[in-house]
Amino acid sequence: MSFYNLLQQYPAAGLRERLAQTTSQEIDRALAKATISINDFISLLSPSMSAVQLELLAARAHRMTSQRFGRTIQLYAPLYLSNECHNGCKYCGFSADNHDLRRKTLNDAEILREADHLHRQGFQHILLLTGEAPEAAGVAYLEHAVQLLAPKFSSLSIEVFPMASDEYQRLAKAGIDGLALYQETYDETLDPELHPFGPKSDFRYRLEGPKRGGEAGLRRIGIGALLGLGDYLTDAFYTGLHARYLMHRFWKTQVSISFPRLRPAEGGFAPRSMVSDRQLTQLICALRLLLPDAGLVMSTRESAEFRDNLLPLGITQMSAGSCTAPGGYEGDEGDGEQFAINDQRSPEEIRSVLAERGYEAVWKDWDGAFLNPQT
Amino acid sequence: MQTEGITLMDTLEIAGRRFNSRLMVGTGKFSSNMAMQAAMEASGSEIVTVALRRVDINNPADSMLQYIDTDRYLLLPNTSGARDAEEAVRLARLARAAGCEPWIKLEVTPDPYYLLPDPVETLKAAEILVKEGFNVLPYMPADPVLARHLEEAGTVTLMPLGAPIGTNRGLRTRDLINIIIEQANVPVVVDAGLGAPSHASEAMEMGADAVLVNTALADTANPAAMGEAFKLGVQAGRLAYLAGLGPQRGTAQASSPLTGFLREE
Repeated sequence: MSFYNLLQQYPAAGLRERLAQTTSQEIDRALAKATISINDFISLLSPSMSAVQLELLAARAHRMTSQRFGRTIQLYAPLYLSNECHNGCKYCGFSADNHDLRRKTLNDAEILREADHLHRQGFQHILLLTGEAPEAAGVAYLEHAVQLLAPKFSSLSIEVFPMASDEYQRLAKAGIDGLALYQETYDETLDPELHPFGPKSDFRYRLEGPKRGGEAGLRRIGIGALLGLGDYLTDAFYTGLHARYLMHRFWKTQVSISFPRLRPAEGGFAPRSMVSDRQLTQLICALRLLLPDAGLVMSTRESAEFRDNLLPLGITQMSAGSCTAPGGYEGDEGDGEQFAINDQRSPEEIRSVLAERGYEAVWKDWDGAFLNPQT
Repeated sequence: MQTEGITLMDTLEIAGRRFNSRLMVGTGKFSSNMAMQAAMEASGSEIVTVALRRVDINNPADSMLQYIDTDRYLLLPNTSGARDAEEAVRLARLARAAGCEPWIKLEVTPDPYYLLPDPVETLKAAEILVKEGFNVLPYMPADPVLARHLEEAGTVTLMPLGAPIGTNRGLRTRDLINIIIEQANVPVVVDAGLGAPSHASEAMEMGADAVLVNTALADTANPAAMGEAFKLGVQAGRLAYLAGLGPQRGTAQASSPLTGFLREE
């Protein structure tokens, strides 16, 4: 079954009704179970969860994460290769509608300069990002960039545009081990409003992108919704459902989840719903109980204080010292950025905060030799 | 005195090398490299395993490697993260090319969730690596038939799992490990799932030659204390095994037998 078909089995209206009707007893029952079902997951997302229940949920999430991942947080850095884009996403700084943005695609020298900057800071896990403009930064461009970067880093992932399975395979061969592809919202009815033009308006092609990555044998697949674009609770539920779907189907692939949330007036876009710290904390912990082994990723989009507080509750990976503009680490003014980051601390500061809180920063947790037959 | 006699002579021998400790430790999941080092030290272990994916094996100044004194410990690189035989073999060769001794803890765990060892690919990789001159210590399902195959391939230990890795659930595979111990001609090291010193003791009482622990030491507020607790657990279990445990019975048995008088006849 395609994930699109699975999605149809959980219509949003019924889900919202179920969320609204969840009783305190149902939450208690879900909290008491060793492994939770998809129905328990709905109970754990319920807005009626009490503060006492939330504390219990957080304690369980902390125990599970600590046992499975230990007292470590893996650090990664984004490397923006291009901000050229044909999509008209209403909430994104790279939108083709944003005529004020200086457009740029890095050349080889610029890519290596950015790479050296990140390498000097100690990063070994790099996430490569572009907009969606195949003539400027398409599959061949990415393949070339990966070949340039592979000798420098242990792990390279992409967060670009959805591709066909054979294109993912081609990039895997070049040295990519991970894919991040965020659905933004799982609400198909809302999608045309948010993505009025450009290839991203093909909801279903994007939705099935992670599955094509799995079919291509990628080691790591990251999914997520941009919380606040639609109803954050149903989007959180669908994200959990999607992750489970991928885990069951691709048993050799590790699935991770991100939960970026929109902040007020970001790029002039007014979020449909605002997700509070409490709500986000609850959904991260609920995801941990549903998926004990999933990577849970937190970017610098969130504030330093909130990131620090979430550390023990399920987070396994964090970015640090990020810049969201191509060329932004070395020299270029940050006027081509996708979104403003919130946690401005340097990687070294993050490492030191982690240590103070009893966590070892893990810079390397992969080796290019796994994929490289030349070794 | 009798006790000392037993323990003094009792060393673990793997591939011709002798070790006084029967506890091996892993290096993942610790809150800091200092905590890891303290746990290693307190555990009395002489073999520490390191995931090749976590370290820059070519760089002695690597943030983790510099905490492991290779004069004191046998650094046992492992292939954690390998999804098939080919990847595991590649990683092992990488370690040897970097100057590591030709010892490899073979881990082929294609499923990233339960991290269960793949029997087919593990055997395939073991056959290749043994031929290339490695001392292969394979992490394996507790399957006595697979144990036979691995031994025939030339592995220097068998490392069956007690429970899925990181679960701290103890010897869930007890009956199968018993068979492996009974049949093995190489040391049997119970690897994975041991969450308490009593679990380690139990494995040693059964006749395991050694145990390997990691999560139980890393996921605690005091790794050094837990390292020592495991050391004692392993020693207690080993000593009990050497002394010979009395058989378990379903019913009580009087220490002065009721038919004792018949012996006079």
